[in-house]
Amino acid sequence: MSFPWAEEYRPKNSFMRWLDQRLPLPRLVYGAIGAGYPVPRNLNYFWNFGVLAGVALMIQIVTGIILAMHYVPSGADAFGSVEHIMRDVNQGWLLRYAHANGASLFFVVTYIHIFRGLFYGSYKAPRELVWMLGLVIFLLMMATAFMGYVLPWGQMSFWGAKVITGLFGAIPVIGEPVQQWLLGGYAPDQATLNRFFSLHYLLPFVIAGVIILHIWALHIPGSNNPTGVDVKGQEDTLPFHPYYTAKDGFGLGIFLIALAALTFFWPNYLGHADNYIQANPLSTPAHIVPEWYFWPFYAILRAFTVDFILEAKLWGVLAMFASILILFLLPWLDKSPVRSGNYRPRFRQFFWILVLDIIVLGICGGRPAEEPWVMVSQIATIYYFAHFLIILPILGRVEKTLPLPTSISTSVLHGEAVEAAPAGTDTVRDTGRDTGRDTGRNGG
Amino acid sequence: MLVRALGFLIGLGFVAVAAWSLLWGAIAFIDEPPEETVEHKFVEHPRHIAFSFDGPFGHYDRRQLQRGFQVYKEVCASCHGLTYVAFRNLAELGYEEAEVEAIAAGWQIPVPDIDPKTGEAATRKAIPADRFPNPYPNEVAARAANNKALPPDLSLMAKSREGGAAYIVSLLTGYRPVPANLPKDNRPGPGLAFNPWFANLNIAMPPPLTADEQVTYADGTAATREQMARDVSAFLMWTAEPRLENRHRTGLAVLIFLILTTILAYLAYQNIWHGPTSRRVRPIGPLDPDNMARREAAKSEAADPETGRIQG
Repeated sequence: MSFPWAEEYRPKNSFMRWLDQRLPLPRLVYGAIGAGYPVPRNLNYFWNFGVLAGVALMIQIVTGIILAMHYVPSGADAFGSVEHIMRDVNQGWLLRYAHANGASLFFVVTYIHIFRGLFYGSYKAPRELVWMLGLVIFLLMMATAFMGYVLPWGQMSFWGAKVITGLFGAIPVIGEPVQQWLLGGYAPDQATLNRFFSLHYLLPFVIAGVIILHIWALHIPGSNNPTGVDVKGQEDTLPFHPYYTAKDGFGLGIFLIALAALTFFWPNYLGHADNYIQANPLSTPAHIVPEWYFWPFYAILRAFTVDFILEAKLWGVLAMFASILILFLLPWLDKSPVRSGNYRPRFRQFFWILVLDIIVLGICGGRPAEEPWVMVSQIATIYYFAHFLIILPILGRVEKTLPLPTSISTSVLHGEAVEAAPAGTDTVRDTGRDTGRDTGRNGG
Repeated sequence: MLVRALGFLIGLGFVAVAAWSLLWGAIAFIDEPPEETVEHKFVEHPRHIAFSFDGPFGHYDRRQLQRGFQVYKEVCASCHGLTYVAFRNLAELGYEEAEVEAIAAGWQIPVPDIDPKTGEAATRKAIPADRFPNPYPNEVAARAANNKALPPDLSLMAKSREGGAAYIVSLLTGYRPVPANLPKDNRPGPGLAFNPWFANLNIAMPPPLTADEQVTYADGTAATREQMARDVSAFLMWTAEPRLENRHRTGLAVLIFLILTTILAYLAYQNIWHGPTSRRVRPIGPLDPDNMARREAAKSEAADPETGRIQG
């Protein structure tokens, strides 16, 4: 697909040939995630997380569809139907716990995937659209996860829905009508629950569609790699299958172990005890907090406490949305010609400060809005915006970067002899290779 | 360039406003440091209590659950319901079918009918398929009977409070005399009791476990207050998470399977990339010399179908 030496699909038998001439679906898969996709040979384990996020989405869709067969989206029955799933549906507890913890792990792998892109400059030309489509997926994920959390109709579901839709109420003039339009009423109620259920079922398929665009856009320039250096020739790449399918298979095993450990042994660790109390519009929980994966953004929302021209609440809402939207501009904010953080000594330091900063924001977001957490989150918010909008653009101009390797293969081989055969060469030195394959069969 | 200039301005804007908020927050913090709330000062964390269902191998102690059910039946059930638990579920505690039927028959289920002689609302005896009925017909009746407080349903209590079963034990055994230094506003009003494990320190539930041997256990266990509190908490953990044992068993099997599979996946990955000793990438699949030769042959065949036949 992306490089001239990409392996072409060749049907193995007459049926596949017949199919290929009519519906070349196997050809598409072969070129997208099969042997027909040449991938830089030096990808490290951080490149596993895109595939893991895709698998996480599939787990969510499969468990979610079965849960929807037993769930009742009604204010009176939703909470009880979830308990029915937990108690009376065969393996219903497994479906629900896997779905709830699967959502958390989906965010874990997605965050690692995003930070990988930030560190290795995967957002830079020519992959700007890959990055932006990824952010669209992230926004859709957040919307889906938020609406999914409302469905069990516990206390945090109800009050979370009230707080988050209340954010739109901060918009001047049209805020209140917008909020009522979103909720279908003055407070979260039957209409809210029904539309959230409908959208929660719809959006994962929209995500799947955008993922196809994300992968499509990725395959034009091909994957980035830890050096950030462009692929120069066939010696820099390996076919995706079997090399990276095998590596992803191992990564998937680790991911599933983590998911199983959470689901079977700590199923409620990441949840909130209050959500096992049925929604009660007359009783406000002491601390309303969203799920952990929203905490950094929640901290930014609450960091703005003083009116300044605009209302403080509106500043918080603007900052929270801006904190994600500025990432769309990142390819144009960071104009350093070097992609990988490995060759950008100053950038690397600021990158780790950013990681720490977002963790601090996360911790603040999970705490009640009291001092000193508010002040800490204000400092962290200042750094967050300064990092992307002030530090990165300046850094691109002033930073002295380290010398880049001339190619991917030289960076991995460290001066070893050329190996593993560019096509059709007779320089391949089969002697001493441990494959056990005899060299005499080449012409056979 | 325009993007960077615009971004720079937006960045400065947010940074300035956040710094402005920080400044005012810091001034307020220095002017009048936030005082520790009374709740924060007096509320205690749940005690550390070991239960048989803790940890990945944890399972329920059937005899403890039966004792806990007895405490629920004789002490708690007069005010608290178990809406999500059915009598048939009690078979999981080790009761025989006939015992479950006998237990169910001790509860009355309201039916939409009246007694033909007196005109009073009619009830029938519960059967194993019924769920535990709420002790009060509605919330108003519950509050009227309990000094305006609503006794919560206990089905999910062990999961809906931080600390779980340990919290319930702490609360049940946590009634204390009011400390002398407790501010006047936080002292229990009429009908309330001081309990440092309850979130706002004043609980409307009167001490439920008042004396040792309040319940006479069938299995001869000494019914101390601590023992009764632990037993009923274990029972409430079961009502909240009845599939816990199934979950732990399944989880162990799944984890063993996944760990073995992951080891195999790792070995397969290493084997595909390079052999057991070499660090070199192994040429297989499309990189296999055989396949390359075939591909070259196919290419030349396409270019010149007369001469480019593949041999073998």
